[in-house]
Amino acid sequence: MIARVSVTLKPSILDPQGTTIHQALESLGFKGVKRVRMGKLIEIELQGGSKAAAKKEVERMCQKLLANPIVEMYRIEIK
Amino acid sequence: MKFGVVVFPGSNCDQDCVHVLRDVLEQEVVLLWHQESSLRGCDCVVLPGGFSYGDYLRTGAIAKLSPVMKSVAAFAKDGGLVIGICNGFQILLEAGLLPGAMLRNTSLRFICRYVTVRVERTDTPFTNRFQPGQVLRLPIAHNEGNYTVDAAGLKRIAERGQVLFRYCDADGQVTDAANPNGSLEAIAGLCNEAGNVLGMMPHPERASEPSLGSADGRGVFESILQSVACR
Amino acid sequence: MSPARPTAPTVKDDERLVRRVAKSHNLTDEQYAQIVRILRRPPTLTEVGMFGVLWAEHCSYASSKIYLRTFPTKGKRILVAAGKENAGLVDIGDGLAVAFKAESHNHPSAVEPHAGAATGVGGIIRDIFTMGARPIALFDSLRFGPLNGHARTRFLFEGVVKGIADYGNSVGVPTVGGEIYFDEAYRENPLVNVMCIGVVPHTAVAKGAARGRGNPVIYVGSSTGRDGLGGASFASRELSDESEADRPAVQLGDPFAEKCLIEATLEALATGDVVGIQDMGAAGLTCSTSETASRGGCGMEIDVAKVPRRETGMTPYEVMLSESQERMLLIAKQGQEAAVKKLFAKWGLNAVTIGRVTGGDRVRVFDGTELVADAPVAALTHGAPVYRRPVKRPAGFARLQRLPLRAVPVPRDLNHTLLQLLGSPTIADKAAVYEQYDHMVQTNTVVLPGRSDAAVLRLKGTGTLLAATTDANGTYCLLDPYEGGKLAVAEAARNVACVGAEPLAVTDCLNFGSPLDPGVMWQFRECVRGISEACRAFGTPVTGGNVSLYNESPRGAVDPTPVIGMIGLIQHTAHSIQHTEGRACYAPVTMGFKDEGDLVWLLGETREELGASEYLKLIHHRKQGRPPRVDLAAERRLQQLLVEGARAGLWKSAHDCAEGGLAVAVAECCIAEPDHIIGAVLDLSLVTCHLSLRLDALLFGESAGRVVISCEPHRTKRVAALTARAGVPARLVGTVGGGRVKIGEWIDAGIGELSAAWRGAFRRTA
Repeated sequence: MIARVSVTLKPSILDPQGTTIHQALESLGFKGVKRVRMGKLIEIELQGGSKAAAKKEVERMCQKLLANPIVEMYRIEIK
Repeated sequence: MKFGVVVFPGSNCDQDCVHVLRDVLEQEVVLLWHQESSLRGCDCVVLPGGFSYGDYLRTGAIAKLSPVMKSVAAFAKDGGLVIGICNGFQILLEAGLLPGAMLRNTSLRFICRYVTVRVERTDTPFTNRFQPGQVLRLPIAHNEGNYTVDAAGLKRIAERGQVLFRYCDADGQVTDAANPNGSLEAIAGLCNEAGNVLGMMPHPERASEPSLGSADGRGVFESILQSVACR
Repeated sequence: MSPARPTAPTVKDDERLVRRVAKSHNLTDEQYAQIVRILRRPPTLTEVGMFGVLWAEHCSYASSKIYLRTFPTKGKRILVAAGKENAGLVDIGDGLAVAFKAESHNHPSAVEPHAGAATGVGGIIRDIFTMGARPIALFDSLRFGPLNGHARTRFLFEGVVKGIADYGNSVGVPTVGGEIYFDEAYRENPLVNVMCIGVVPHTAVAKGAARGRGNPVIYVGSSTGRDGLGGASFASRELSDESEADRPAVQLGDPFAEKCLIEATLEALATGDVVGIQDMGAAGLTCSTSETASRGGCGMEIDVAKVPRRETGMTPYEVMLSESQERMLLIAKQGQEAAVKKLFAKWGLNAVTIGRVTGGDRVRVFDGTELVADAPVAALTHGAPVYRRPVKRPAGFARLQRLPLRAVPVPRDLNHTLLQLLGSPTIADKAAVYEQYDHMVQTNTVVLPGRSDAAVLRLKGTGTLLAATTDANGTYCLLDPYEGGKLAVAEAARNVACVGAEPLAVTDCLNFGSPLDPGVMWQFRECVRGISEACRAFGTPVTGGNVSLYNESPRGAVDPTPVIGMIGLIQHTAHSIQHTEGRACYAPVTMGFKDEGDLVWLLGETREELGASEYLKLIHHRKQGRPPRVDLAAERRLQQLLVEGARAGLWKSAHDCAEGGLAVAVAECCIAEPDHIIGAVLDLSLVTCHLSLRLDALLFGESAGRVVISCEPHRTKRVAALTARAGVPARLVGTVGGGRVKIGEWIDAGIGELSAAWRGAFRRTA
């Protein structure tokens, strides 16, 4: 089983990397870009178990280590 | 007095701190390996700068999990003096010993240069040798020094007077131009509510000898000596 | 390894495949035949790869060797001569030695600038701590195409700078100096040269030799992957449009692993349990096994099956040739393996015994029980054919050297010209770059970057300051490689002397085009001749270095660029000392003017020399003429004077006239200190006693051997006497003070305006 955790800055936090990418896309002529947020993707290979249990486990990983709750939020996808 | 300088894999300012404490201020210094749990009777623990564990996930995120940090947290809770410099500050934030978090510098670049900071309080163990409002010339060297905290946290910090250093211009004025990294309210250094844990982005150990261009940082360590001597 | 020792490879590789791989390593048919003669049989795949990488230009110096032998390499301070170990070793007193070396990472940086530059930094640092030395400083000598309006150039420039920053900052070695030039000649093929300096007690110097039959060969550091596969061969080919597709050949760096490797290695060396050590640089395991065996005069057996890997399905060929970073090969004392391994485990690093030192003279590579390579050490390391390539002065060279001065009008507004020069990226302030580098970690940086002609580092616990610089001017070398070679050494020595340090020794990084081009080989030969002559004249031997050839693109070769890294010493004596931390040492001399009323002197002769100048290139778009002549005896006298004057505390500032000439040098003296910019008024009538001297030559010509100094007025007599005794022309040309830079009736500009032009260049081109 593979868990994919995407960690991004909370919407309230200024994201200069996202802003820079946004500007670069516009300078390349991509017109319809409304907003860019930059984040991290963490792939975790898990051993067996149920999807629900895995999600719970990864949730705990996020809270303990993978994301900093003060400035970041996360989304978990289990495959 | 006895200082303990913590060494994480990837710390790179540990020996610089040892040099100032041992060779310049002539104090006893021990190195505390990250896997040790004993603080060996130190009066003050220094978390030095660097890139602990490569800073690969988030600055300070892995370091906070090491055995030594459990002991540092207990030591701090008992009122022991802890100073985190640069990466050490980032670790203190991740470990929850100080409120808030670090973001990347707004320039998205590593910045290494001298800045000026204003001393906001002089009644603390880390600043008692300074004058109120004194302007210090200290170097910074970091990628993530853009301090942030939510509105409630900021209010709390302000009410309790936890900000000890702010980025300012040469005349002591806090201006946007004098803020090198976008830090909230120009915060350069911050202590906990009890006042025994300090985190600061500027490097006092790099400015403790006149031959390096500034000895302003020495006051931080001398303040610690004084406060321990007066206990 | 199996108990029954095979005496010949037990694998049979398809000879057609082996020949194809030989071709991909650029081995000629003649070289292939030679390998067959050496082995007395066709090579295996692994063997052809090993010969391929070790015989590549990059490792074997096949085309350059005959010239490198002409460098002066001996000196009373030289502890390890060039080529004997991983870096040169120079005695600096107090029982200490300096290990230093420069290396290029041009081709990888052209393809993937961030990773290319980062691994360049990592590689040169390993060369230094392999010697047992603690790395204390990094320098970067960089060349790019012009920045204006070229997205690709900007991508390369920013990527290289960020790569250096990300690696150097994390690993905790300060980047304290270097140089950056922008010129059309480097547009497709940037140059990324890195120099590292380390310090080691004489008693702790490590050797790169395998010794002691039966001693374990231990692999330490990061795991091996396919990254960098064929990197050494890659670097030995010309860049073509296919290079974009060559991407996997670029290695990725892990500065965290390197930092741990530095600490673990220095700890391991201090135990005395390690008899030999070698980093795995270009050509990885192949190079480290063969070279340590070669230096130790012994054989070696390893089993690639034991090598820690991070990819599956790797062949012995791939493991032997991998250029994965942050790896070292140790030869430990028998019985001490466990202690050594424990130490590396403490730092979270692999440490695996992969083989033994053997008698005999062969490197034997097993893959479990199969013997996959078995070759004589000497043939691998020293058997590469040495070439005496055809040499011919390029056609059209004389035309390049001709400069029809009548066709070069003197600009009407010389003020404007000065501002243009100050604002051109090659001359402008590089703070935008060096502020991205941690230049203060280790707390030895006595003078911050940009404030003096050479970097100055203290050595804690001694009264000694170490000065260092890197210098080369490709335009000079293009227009006269012999003079250009001399000029590079002269400028480096002058820069070191300006801070008050006695020039000591040289490392070099020689960047040229294809050795198959007789014109390039002529440039190479002439540059080496010039460098040798200058090093002999100054008593600064060459301790080692690196040759990078094939710096070419479809547009042609880069300008010949022999980067000279020079170190010097400021040693404690009785006068003019600054007391710090209870120890006496000299205060180094910085370039900035200090106080109102100080007097400004120009040392050296100004001639009508406009050829090859930055002024000619920038303002008149002419890259032609002869570079300035250099009088080595006069340079030597000037260096000695600079050291003596600094020692006596006679002057407060010193700055040499380089790109942009006297006017730019004076302006820089006025604005170099960001917190202390100050004006100056100069009268050059004494300098212009040659009536024929053109105004632009006077202001912007780059005559060599000139230095602007400033002193307190009451020192006038002593300065005059000392310069006269030294036989160095010295003219009092002005006074420090005010808010403007005034030179005769031609230049009159506010220091704020000059500072803005000089400091703003990288913002404007962003």
